[in-house]
Amino acid sequence: MPYEIDYLAIAPELIIFVTILVVLALDLFLPRPLKYWTATAAVAGTALALLPLALLVIDDQVVSMFDGSYVVDEFAVVLKGLFLIAAYVVFLMSVSYIESDRYYQGEYYFLLLASLLGSLVMASSRDLIVLFIGLELVTGPLYLLAGWRKGDVKSNEASMKYFILGVLSTAILLYGMSLLFGLTGEVTFAGLAEATQGMADQPAMVMAVLFVIVGFGFKISAVPFHFWAPDTYEGAPTPITAYLSVNSKAAGFVAMLLVMYLALPGLADVWAPALWALAALSMTIGNLAALRQTNIVRLLAYSSVAQAGFMLVPFAAAAVAGADLEEAFAATVIYLVIYAVMNLGAFGVVIAGANKTRSGEIEGWAGLAKVDAKLGVLVAVFFFSLAGIPPLAGWFAKFAMFRSVIIAGGVTTVVLAVIAAINAVIAFYYYAKVVKSVWLDDVAGEFPGDVEAAPSGSLRLALGISVALTVAIGFYPAIATFVGDASRVIASGG
Amino acid sequence: MEWFDTWGLTIIVFLPLVGALLLGLMDKENEDALKRTALAVTGLAFVASLVLIGQFDFGGGGYNSYQFEVNETWIGAINANYHVGVDGISLPLLVLSTFVVVLAVIYSWNHWDEPKNPKAFLILMLILATGMNGTFVALDLVLFFIFFEIVLLPMYFMIGIWGDRSPRKVPGFAKEFETRLYAAIKFFLFTLFGSAFMLLGFLALYFESGKFGERTFDITALTELGAGGAFTGTFAFLVFGAMFLGFAVKVPMWPLHTWLPDAHTAAPTVGSVLLAAILLKLGSYGFIRISIPILPDEARNWAAFIAVLSVIGIIYGSLACLAQTDMKRLIAFSSVGHMGFVMLGIATMTDIGINAAIIGMVAHGLITGLLFFLAGSMHHRYHTREMSRLGGNIKLMPVMGGILAFTAMASLGLPGLAGFWGEFMSLVGAYNPLPGLSLGVFRTSMVLGAVGTVLTAGYMLWMLQRVNLGEPKEEWEGHEFQDVDRFELTAWVPLIVLIVVIGFFPKLIFDSTTDTVTALVEMAFGSDATASARTMIGG
Repeated sequence: MPYEIDYLAIAPELIIFVTILVVLALDLFLPRPLKYWTATAAVAGTALALLPLALLVIDDQVVSMFDGSYVVDEFAVVLKGLFLIAAYVVFLMSVSYIESDRYYQGEYYFLLLASLLGSLVMASSRDLIVLFIGLELVTGPLYLLAGWRKGDVKSNEASMKYFILGVLSTAILLYGMSLLFGLTGEVTFAGLAEATQGMADQPAMVMAVLFVIVGFGFKISAVPFHFWAPDTYEGAPTPITAYLSVNSKAAGFVAMLLVMYLALPGLADVWAPALWALAALSMTIGNLAALRQTNIVRLLAYSSVAQAGFMLVPFAAAAVAGADLEEAFAATVIYLVIYAVMNLGAFGVVIAGANKTRSGEIEGWAGLAKVDAKLGVLVAVFFFSLAGIPPLAGWFAKFAMFRSVIIAGGVTTVVLAVIAAINAVIAFYYYAKVVKSVWLDDVAGEFPGDVEAAPSGSLRLALGISVALTVAIGFYPAIATFVGDASRVIASGG
Repeated sequence: MEWFDTWGLTIIVFLPLVGALLLGLMDKENEDALKRTALAVTGLAFVASLVLIGQFDFGGGGYNSYQFEVNETWIGAINANYHVGVDGISLPLLVLSTFVVVLAVIYSWNHWDEPKNPKAFLILMLILATGMNGTFVALDLVLFFIFFEIVLLPMYFMIGIWGDRSPRKVPGFAKEFETRLYAAIKFFLFTLFGSAFMLLGFLALYFESGKFGERTFDITALTELGAGGAFTGTFAFLVFGAMFLGFAVKVPMWPLHTWLPDAHTAAPTVGSVLLAAILLKLGSYGFIRISIPILPDEARNWAAFIAVLSVIGIIYGSLACLAQTDMKRLIAFSSVGHMGFVMLGIATMTDIGINAAIIGMVAHGLITGLLFFLAGSMHHRYHTREMSRLGGNIKLMPVMGGILAFTAMASLGLPGLAGFWGEFMSLVGAYNPLPGLSLGVFRTSMVLGAVGTVLTAGYMLWMLQRVNLGEPKEEWEGHEFQDVDRFELTAWVPLIVLIVVIGFFPKLIFDSTTDTVTALVEMAFGSDATASARTMIGG
């Protein structure tokens, strides 16, 4: 029987795919001064792909294709929306950044779009093979993009470290998956969920699960698999860093949760303690390392390690306590969405600020608010939001996290909640350090960059979207809970 | 005024925030327009709160019945609502808050600490006002948490940008930090630490309430449950402890007070005033509004512990005052002592004690607010706060010196002025705490508290002697000092008048609070718990 394909359901993927081809073709034929059209095409294509998503939200149906390997449900739609909007913002941030470098514009957008396509596929994947292809499509182009600033040694180092550790993690992940397949003969999540019931005491199964977790641990840069992140973040072009810390991290997270939640719920005894430890370690070590950073991008790198820890908390807590995972799943998705919004904003101000200060050092930003109060306000908004200070969006992410932890109950979860609470305070200190430098410190001499120049139009739009969402979600978190609730409608396919 | 019944509180809370947005759009250079707008907005909020008093039904209903209530869905998914309302306990505090903010704007008219920037300062002040007003009317734990936290950001910036720039040694660090930077982050971290645990406590209540119906953050619903004995045992102990951390840091209670002297001393004048007058009350208000009604049995268990910490705070604060050389720091430490009396009153769990706490909060807000205004204005003129360099102030500036003498008398609890009632009644309450509480602990607390009042008189008079009396130091010879100017007078006279009026007619406050407090104590601890407060204060 030929496969039934619902073209509306996969329209976003198709549109991005066509956009990729268009960008490639434009790059081939356009003369150099007109290359910026590739950027326009990428931005337009991403925006266009949001349209069918809107239809799918209204349509509100679960579409299952390819023997249940590919499912478009509300969860997938919501995440695709997140990936598309985040990528849209990254494109906007890229325009002036890449244009100033003057080379390979077309390839840049082609690679980024390919990575975006991977994340869209991944959100719908309901078997190990599709998931793996999606995930690798996300990371593959990023190895190249991380090394985009060819002349810069740090960028080369970023790319190299990311590539080597990325490939290693892929190998480990794949090995774990192959063990899963070997032990059960299944690749679909639904099949695995059934077949793995009661196999928690088999050593090979334990090993398979642990390999999978280690593989994902690299992707989401959880401690102790985070070593690549700070160097890669620092060396990569800033828009790519933003993409790494938002899209790519979110993709890794979603993949991990899908596998744990849909495919291996029967093995919670194995993976729950591991996730618990990852969460506690990531929060604590990520935060403590972030305290010592003097470079803003490195600080954001460690902060994103710590944030990954916070994101793991609901799932780890619920699984260890044997509580309902649905609540934890929703809390994680809420956290992910809010984190994406504010972290993109944070990287947006890093780009805007670097134009003025020509510096990535926190001290180099001293007194920036005195010459550009608007940028100063944005720095305060995004960094305090990351710290979780009301009434900015970050508070609700933390709130949803604590809520799902307490709902799980039990001693181990309370311990995790206390660790998280203490870490929330530590985290505040280093986020405030940036704000302090910008607002409270005095200007040390002149800023080397052009302080008068306003950020480019596209960067302003990117910052505008981020700040509007950050403030709106902060005052009216129902926007975010809608996303969390939608993610409860998740179908295992098959 | 039908619409005011529903919109009144919302206007009082959010008008300042709207004002902040307006100021944000205005030109930075046009200082007059900025100040006028800020004055208009805070003035309107104050007038609205006066209308509130006019419309308020005193003696209406028992505890847990609120007026001007609004209850709308806010975050549907977690059943958190925009639920606001006032009762006799929160009304005086709400009015105090709107009132002090207006005075702060007036005072700011010609007093800008470096680096000036009136636009930013006024915006922060208005955001602060929204947070403070909101905390006093919030009837939903999530909403309460948000307002409770909103005040942190503006205060952080106020201390950090306009604060004291003198260098300061910090234990454990080789290099010196500017006082403002150290104080700002310390203030924030302490409060954040407390409120993270407070939030955990709120969440725990939310889930526990699910055992008795729909899960809720609603303070009125949780109060119902609490009065019915829903929360007990280890659960209640942990929740009370978590909330205790959040509120006790804010009050602040010994030994969590160490942020206060730094923050108060480093903050710009208006920041210190708002911090002392309103922000500290958010903590003690939390105990009265949330901890006691929702967890009455557990509050009883913690009472003795709270009383002991309060008394340590009173004695420690007073002794610390005697060791200060900096006038502003002395006033800051005096807050630790005064808030100790407030907390002692609350710890007695009696209607006398809680009434004492509320009038103590109002009085402390007025008096210490005024003291900080004075300290700021004197610093403005002398450019020093070292008491050893001051002296003979009353000769140099008779009006300023006179007001300082008056306020110091009010602060040490002179009968006939507002400060007297809170201290006196909380000691009376401690003599006869809620039946079942350890008489030994509370009567010892009372005696030590009384010793504390003597110490308070001691350090206040000592400060007066060093600052006001004697001959001016040689270094000021030939200096022309401008005595109190008209903006200062406009800001201070209302405070002075209120201190006297409340001193003679404490009924003004008790008329609002007594019925509600009595109802609260009866609801929480049973009807035999209320002592003879009515006869004593003529309620």
